[in-house]
Amino acid sequence: MDDRKERFNRVQLRDSKQQEMLVGSTTPFLKDAWRRFTKNKGALVGLVAIAVIFLFALIGPYINEHAYNVLDKIHINLPPRIPFLEKLGIFDGSEGNYNPYIEKGFTNDYFWFGTDVLGRDLWDRVWMGTRISFYIAMVAVGIDMVIGIGYGMVSGFFGGKVDMVMQRIVEILSGIPNLVVVTLFVLVLKPGMVSIILALMITGWISMSRVVRSQVLKMKEHEFILAAKTLGANSFVILFKELLPNIIGQIIVMTMFSIPNAIFYESFLAFIGLGLQPPLASLGVLIADGYRAMITHPHLVIFPTVVLSVLMLSFNLIADGLRDAFDPKMKGF
Amino acid sequence: MTKFIAKRILLSLATLFVILFILFLLLQFMPGSPFNDEKLTAAQQAVLMAKYGLDKPFFIRFWIYLQNVVLRGDFGISYAIKKDMLVSGIVIARLGTSVRIGLQALLLGVSLGVLFGVISGSKRNTWMDSMATVAAVIGVSIPSYVLALVLSFVLGYKFRIFSITYQVDQPLWSSILPTIALSFFVMAQTTRFLRTELIEVLASDYVKLVDAKGVARPKVILRHGLRNAMISVITILGPLTVNLMTGSLVVERVYGIPGIGSLLVEGIQVNDYNVIIMIAFVYSALYIFVNLIVDILYGVIDPRIRVAKGG
Repeated sequence: MDDRKERFNRVQLRDSKQQEMLVGSTTPFLKDAWRRFTKNKGALVGLVAIAVIFLFALIGPYINEHAYNVLDKIHINLPPRIPFLEKLGIFDGSEGNYNPYIEKGFTNDYFWFGTDVLGRDLWDRVWMGTRISFYIAMVAVGIDMVIGIGYGMVSGFFGGKVDMVMQRIVEILSGIPNLVVVTLFVLVLKPGMVSIILALMITGWISMSRVVRSQVLKMKEHEFILAAKTLGANSFVILFKELLPNIIGQIIVMTMFSIPNAIFYESFLAFIGLGLQPPLASLGVLIADGYRAMITHPHLVIFPTVVLSVLMLSFNLIADGLRDAFDPKMKGF
Repeated sequence: MTKFIAKRILLSLATLFVILFILFLLLQFMPGSPFNDEKLTAAQQAVLMAKYGLDKPFFIRFWIYLQNVVLRGDFGISYAIKKDMLVSGIVIARLGTSVRIGLQALLLGVSLGVLFGVISGSKRNTWMDSMATVAAVIGVSIPSYVLALVLSFVLGYKFRIFSITYQVDQPLWSSILPTIALSFFVMAQTTRFLRTELIEVLASDYVKLVDAKGVARPKVILRHGLRNAMISVITILGPLTVNLMTGSLVVERVYGIPGIGSLLVEGIQVNDYNVIIMIAFVYSALYIFVNLIVDILYGVIDPRIRVAKGG
C-alpha cells in the first residue's frame, strides 16, 4: 500500500485522450499469482524447507558409510553422535550421564541420528522414509488430478441426470468417514505400498471433484463458453481448452492441500500397525516403532517426528500461500 | 422444511444401509480365517464355520446379519479379544470413555478456536493475529499422535505433572493430556475458519451500516460479526468429528485409554473382524448423525439456505 504514490500519476483533466490510455503492460494471471505467492513469508519458508528435506531424501542415504537395512548386532540403540557438534556438548553420543560410544569403545563411529534396536542407522532410515512420504505425495497429486478433475468436470459440465447420479454416489461415498474406508481397505488387501495407494484412491479425489464441479458450474454459464460452442467446438475442446485453464488456480490449491492429507493418512496407518512391511520404513513406521522406547531412547522418535512435522507444516504453509495468491477475494492482503 | 428434513433422514438411512453392506462385503474378503489356530483340522474348521453360520450363501448371510443388527443391535460375537462374548457388549462398554474424551476435546477446541478466531479476525494484521495464524497452521499440520507423544514425554515423563497413561480410577485428571492432544486440531481449524468468515462478514454492508450508526466496536464484532460467522462454522463440525475419531485411534493407543479407538486397533492386530466391523459402523453412524444434525441446524438457523434448497 505504501507504493501508492509511485503507482499513480496525475493526469491532466482536459487531456481526454491520454486519460483513456492504459499505461503499463498487463500481468499474466500465473505471474501475478507467483508474485503474490513470493510475498508470503510463510509460504517461502515452507518452500525452502521442502527443498532442503527433498535434497536430503535424495542424497542423505548416500553421504554416510551406513545403510538403512543392514542389521548390526553390535551397534544397537546408540544415541546420535555428530562430528564437530559433539565438541559443543550436543549430539555427543551420550544418554544422560552414560555414553555408549565411550563405554563400548566405538570412539571412531559416528551415527548422526543414532541407531535402532536392530543396529540400523537411523539417519539413513529417516531419509528413506522421507522418500516414501514424497512418493505418497506424488501419488496423491496424481489421484487428485486424474480422478478428481475428471469426475468433477464430467459431473458439472454435462449436468442433468449424469450429474444427479454422480452426485448421489459422491454423497454416499463421503458419508463414510475416510478413516473407516482407508483402514478396512488396507486390512483387506494386506498392508503394503499398493494397498495404501489404492485406499487413498478411493477417498482422495472427492473434495477435488466437488471443487472442480462447482467451478465448472459457475464457469459454463460465461459467454466465452457460448462463443466456443457457437464456433463449433466439441465438449472435449471446451472442457480441456476453455474450462480447465480457467479453474487451474483452484485445482492447484486443492492439490496442495491433499498432499499433507495423504502423508498424514500413510503415517496414521503405520501408527495403528497397518504400515509398510520391513525392510521398508516410512516416517510413520519409524515413529510407531520408536515411541515404545521413547523414554529410554528418545532419539528413535524425535528425528522422524521432527522431519514429518516439518514436512506437513511446510506443505500446509505452501498450500495456504497458494490459496491466498489465487483467491481474488483476498487480493491486496 | 419438513420435506427437507425427511429427505435428509432418508438419505442418511440409505447411506447407513450401503455402509453396512460394504462392511459386510469387506468382511468376506478379510485375509485369513477368524479361526487362526493352526492345530485345527479342516473338519474342525468346518464345524466352527457351520456353528457361526459362515457356510451359508452370501445374501442369506447378509439378510440374517441385517436382521440381527437392526432388530437386536447384534454384530455377532468376538472371535479373539474376548472369546464368545457379544461384540456389542464389548463395544458399548468402551464407547462412553471415547465419546466423553471426544466431547471434552471438541468443547475445549471450539471454545479456544472461537476465542482466537475472534481476536485474529477482528484485529487483522496485528501481532496477536500473526500469533494465532501461526498457531493455527501448526495445529492443522501436526498429527495428533505426535502431539500426544510430545505431551506425554514432556508433561508426563520429564516434569511428572500428569500421569503418562490413562488411569481408570482418575477418569478426569488423567484424560487432560489426551484431551489437549485431540483438541489442538479442532482449535486450529476453528480459528482458521472463523477468521476468514469474520473478515468477510465484517467487510459486509450491514456491518458497515452498524458501524456507521456508531455502535461500539466490541458489540459490532460479537453481536453482528460473530453471530453470522458462527453459522458457517457449524458446517465444519462434520470434518472435525472425523478428525476426532481418527485422532482417538492413535491417541487412545498412546495413552492406553480403554476406548473404542484402541479396541479397533487391537481388533485389527488380532483379526477380530466382528469387532472391527461394529466399530467401523459406529464411527460411520456417528459421522452421518453429526452431518444430519449440521444440515438440519443449518437450515433452521439460516433462512437463506432454506429458501435456496426449496424446503
